[in-house]
Order: sequence, then C-alpha cells, then structure tokens
Amino acid sequence: MLLFWRTLLALPLAWRHRQKVKEQFFEIGNASLLMVCMLSFFIGGVIALNFGPPLVERSFTNAVGGVVGLGIAKELAPVMMAILIAGRIGSAMAAEIGSMRVYQEIDALRTMNINPVHYLVLPRVLAISVALPMLVVFSILTGWFGGAMVANYNHLMDIPFKVFFADLKDIVELSDVANGVFKSFCFAVIVGVVSCHQGLTTIGGPRGIGRSVTKAVVNSIVLIVIFDYILTRFLLK
Amino acid sequence: MNGANEKISGGVGLAVRGLCKSFDGQEVLKGIDFTVQPGEIFVIMGPSGSGKSVLLKHLIGLEEPDAGEILINGEPITTPEIAAKYRMALVFQSGALLNSLTVGENVGLYLAEHRLKSPAEIEKIVSEKLTDVGLKNVMDKMPSELSGGMKKRVAIARALVIEPQLILYDEPTSELDPVSSVVIGNEILDLQRRIGVTSLVVSHDRDLAFGVADRIAVIAEGRILTIGTPDEVKNFNDPLVQSFLHADFKREK
Repeated sequence: MLLFWRTLLALPLAWRHRQKVKEQFFEIGNASLLMVCMLSFFIGGVIALNFGPPLVERSFTNAVGGVVGLGIAKELAPVMMAILIAGRIGSAMAAEIGSMRVYQEIDALRTMNINPVHYLVLPRVLAISVALPMLVVFSILTGWFGGAMVANYNHLMDIPFKVFFADLKDIVELSDVANGVFKSFCFAVIVGVVSCHQGLTTIGGPRGIGRSVTKAVVNSIVLIVIFDYILTRFLLK
Repeated sequence: MNGANEKISGGVGLAVRGLCKSFDGQEVLKGIDFTVQPGEIFVIMGPSGSGKSVLLKHLIGLEEPDAGEILINGEPITTPEIAAKYRMALVFQSGALLNSLTVGENVGLYLAEHRLKSPAEIEKIVSEKLTDVGLKNVMDKMPSELSGGMKKRVAIARALVIEPQLILYDEPTSELDPVSSVVIGNEILDLQRRIGVTSLVVSHDRDLAFGVADRIAVIAEGRILTIGTPDEVKNFNDPLVQSFLHADFKREK
C-alpha cells in the first residue's frame, strides 16, 4: 500500500522517465502479445464449444454470440490476461529488482541519491498499466474471433460469422468492453506494485529471489481474484 | 547523499561518536568513536564479521544507528541539508554496478538521472573518469564482460563522477590479485593527491592498509581497539591487534 502511494506521488515524474517506460512497455508487449492472442483464441473457442451446443439445442442460437462476447469481454480476457501477465511479467519484475537488491545495486542507487521508486518502480508500473489494457483489447478481439471460428465450423452449431457477430453486437455493449478494460487496468496496477514490492523487499541470496518471485505471482493472482469480485460488484451498479 | 547545488571543494572531516547498532538482539557496533581529518586516508581494518561493512553503511546513510551520531564537518549526517551540501560516494565491495546498463551508462548514471549535464558532456566526463582509473574502450561493454579488478575501477570511476569530498571504500582489494590490488591502492593515493578527497577505506588487507593509510583504526567485535599512524598501530601492544597483524601460516621445515 505504501509503495502504491509512493508510486502515485512519483507520477509527476512520469514524463521524465518516459524512455524507461517505453522500453518496459515494448518489453511487455514483445514478450506477451503472441501468447495473449493464442491463449485468447483458444479461450474463445472453448467457451463457444462448451456453451454453444446446449444453447443451440434449446433454440437459443442467437445467444451464442452474446454469451461468448460478454464472457470474454467482461471476465475472461481481463482476468486471464492479468494472471498471464502476473506469471510472465510480474515474475520477471520481481526477479530483476530482487537480484538488484541482493547484489546491492539498489543500495548503489541510494548512495547516488537516486530514488529506487522513481527509477525502477514508476516506469514498470506505468508500462504495465498501459500495456495490459491494450493486450486485453487484443485478447477480446481474438477471443471473439476464436469463438466465431468454432461456432462456424463446429457441426453442432454451424453459426455463420455474420450471424455470430450480429448476435454478439446485440448483447455486448461498448460499456461492457470498457468495464473489462478498466478492470485490466486495475489488475495491472496490482501486478506491477506487488511484483516491484516483492523485488524491493527481497532478502538473502538466490533463494530469496526465488521466494520473492513465487510470492509476487501468488499474491498478484490472489489479489486479482479478490479485486475482480469487488470491481465487478462496483461496476454492476 | 549527494547534491551538486552547493559546491564545497576539498575533502570533508568526519566524526563518529558512540555509534551502536544491533540486529535481532546481536550487537554489531558497540560504541564506535573516531574522527577523520579533511583530505586524510583513514583505514579501518579488522577481521571478517567485525562490523566494518555495517559501519560503512551507517556513514553513507544506508543504515540508521540505534545510538550515537555521525558528523560531517561538524554537522549531523541526519540534517536534511547535508545531502545538498556535501558529496559522498561509496565504492561497494562487489562494485555494485547495474548489470543491465553498459559501463558508460553506469559511470554517467548520477549525472544523467539528476540531469546535471547534456548527454554529450556526460559522455566526455565518463570517458575522462574511466581514463583516470586506467580504463579505455570499455564504455560500451556490459559489467559482466569485465574482470573483478576492472569492475572495481569502474565503481571508482562512478564515484569520481560525483566529484566526492568523501569516498568510502568497502574492501576495495578483496578478490583481486596482488597487481590489481596495488593498482587500486595507487588509485586511492592518486585521488587524494589530485583532488584532496577524504578517503575512508574499510579492509582486512594488511598490505593495502599499511601502504595507503595516513592513520589506521583496528576494529574487532564491534569495538575499536586502537587508532594511530601505521607505525603506532604496528607497535600497539595488544594480543588481538598483534594476532591480526601478524597472522601467518605455520609450515614445518
């Protein structure tokens, strides 16, 4: 919480650290975009495969697009991508900052009057807060496409693309997508702050780094799930 | 601990009074007292685990003492203006170079982050400082490509960029071969001659201590046993000091 507050206070320095934010942003994007698209495509497909046939069987064919679209936009894309990023990027952040702490690089920064929160935490939290919502937009689109592909080619559904997307458009509103993207922004802040905090509080040698990485991922996932409920409850109103 | 707003040239004086520190109930520093004159090379030597590195961390502000005070030119180190008034640098035992940055970026980090010079000026200063410590054509190398001695010299160059009035060295010759140790020792002497910086060296290297020190303090189990010139310390009649200074192998002939 304290680190979150310190990062917030450091926000006016964001422009000054734009180069580092940019570097982190591209690193997150490069490391995750392909994985995000692949994962989302199959998640969309699985949702269609699970919910499509029973709905078609009960003559709710026009609900398939909506169920897939809504499920992905509001819940699966933000939560799954946040968990993916916690494992892929949060762990890397905790490991990098943790090893900097263990090998006295952070002490060296302090002796040069360079604030580690400004130098290390702010760029990472900002980069992940921009990158994750963007990745979630990609995730939603590829998830919908995956769902549409399965709905179209699976013999139990046979729903043409045009019909699938027309049904999806009927049920899913822009605010649903916005809710999902907003949730992913909150999750990104959680992953960024938790991972950096674990890195900065690393003690011991390589074993300590390993412990910090595990705690960063586990704590991030637990908080993502808890905040998912809280945010969903809040956004429903 | 550094600032470049108000420049005070030359070395600064340092005084440590009654410094105490415990970790989890274990006393590491038990009332340390000493003074270092401006421009002096003061060596603190003692066996491993005697509290030398902890003391150094207090002097640079990385640790807070349980009791006692540290004064720079008579002003407590805890005074907020100290950071802006005096420039201090610590050369870490491991070098503590940022592994994700090149050597040039490491050395110029202070100037770049505090926006004290333009990129072109920073490059020029970095090149000068690296040349000062006998390193050329290493600016674009990564720290992992350097030897232990080179890393320490880069760490010294990084400290020099701050234009320090007080340099603290933590075991500057540990893990180095004798030739590299002499290079580092000469570097410490040369800096004192050229810029009059106050140097505080923490080491258990007897050759380095007696080679560069104006005065030496011997510390053991968190207490200072003696302080004096190299000759005074050599002749100090204390079994602990003598056993540390004359420790040697016993091989039957």
